[in-house]
Amino acid sequence: MNFDVLVEVHLRPGVSDPQGATIERALPALGFDEVAGVRVGKAFRFSVVADDEPSAHQQVTDLCDRFLTNPVIETAAITVTAGA
Amino acid sequence: MGVAVFPGTNCEHDVVAAVGRLGDGASADLVWHTEQTVAGYDAVVIAGGFAHGDYLRPGAIARFSPVMGAIATAAADGMPVIGICNGFQVLTEAGLLPGALQKNAGLSFICTEITLRVESTRSALTRAVALGAELRVPINHFEGNYTVDEPTLQRLKDNDQIVLRYVDNPNGSVDSIAGVCNEAGNVVGLMPHPERASDPLLGSTDGLALLRGLLTPARI
Repeated sequence: MNFDVLVEVHLRPGVSDPQGATIERALPALGFDEVAGVRVGKAFRFSVVADDEPSAHQQVTDLCDRFLTNPVIETAAITVTAGA
Repeated sequence: MGVAVFPGTNCEHDVVAAVGRLGDGASADLVWHTEQTVAGYDAVVIAGGFAHGDYLRPGAIARFSPVMGAIATAAADGMPVIGICNGFQVLTEAGLLPGALQKNAGLSFICTEITLRVESTRSALTRAVALGAELRVPINHFEGNYTVDEPTLQRLKDNDQIVLRYVDNPNGSVDSIAGVCNEAGNVVGLMPHPERASDPLLGSTDGLALLRGLLTPARI
């Protein structure tokens, strides 16, 4: 089966995020005074072929641990959905 | 010694020239990233630059190059392996050194000369300098903000693995760390560029004192 995958990578809680902090500091100048807690990450979209959803999830978890994230400072949120 | 070169590395010739300035017949060869062995060298330097374009994360793709397997094997056998700047990032991504290098606090690309303090002389890079010595060496990076969790930081302190600190922290690095080594002391990574402080014309020759540590002990 084909599965669509979304991987969102973020810095671990507690790891400083200079990009997020800079964006947050810029927001009041644009009138966005209510925004707080900005964290910047990156997203990957791709598809995988697997027998079922758990094995697709396992493949992507392995891919994240070994390549898409640096586990020292980053975590990944994985979303797998049945593809067309 | 060998100087590892990936697509996008750009400091390799500076390192080769600096090694030549050590005198006493010291010399270095370029080692392309597809090489399967680094046997025969006294030491290997992973030079700075943007290996594989820094795509994904600095060092994330370089660690899969064949030469990294050879370097990991040589490092396990005790060969001195030094990663400078992007080379430091490669070594952390490869798991040969603890921690990671984050974007600089303040998000500035920093290109300036800084003062380093030698915090340990048991590493391959610092065995020829005095403990506490202060060295003027340039930095040139955007992602040099050394990050490590608290238990690992404590382990680094307990094992004397913090090799160099910034006297005036330029980039937000945890505990002002500029360079660390592995437990054995033969694998060392640092963000500053000792090869750019290797000639009076460059404003400082303090980097040579570091590179001298890469010579075999009898030649230091």
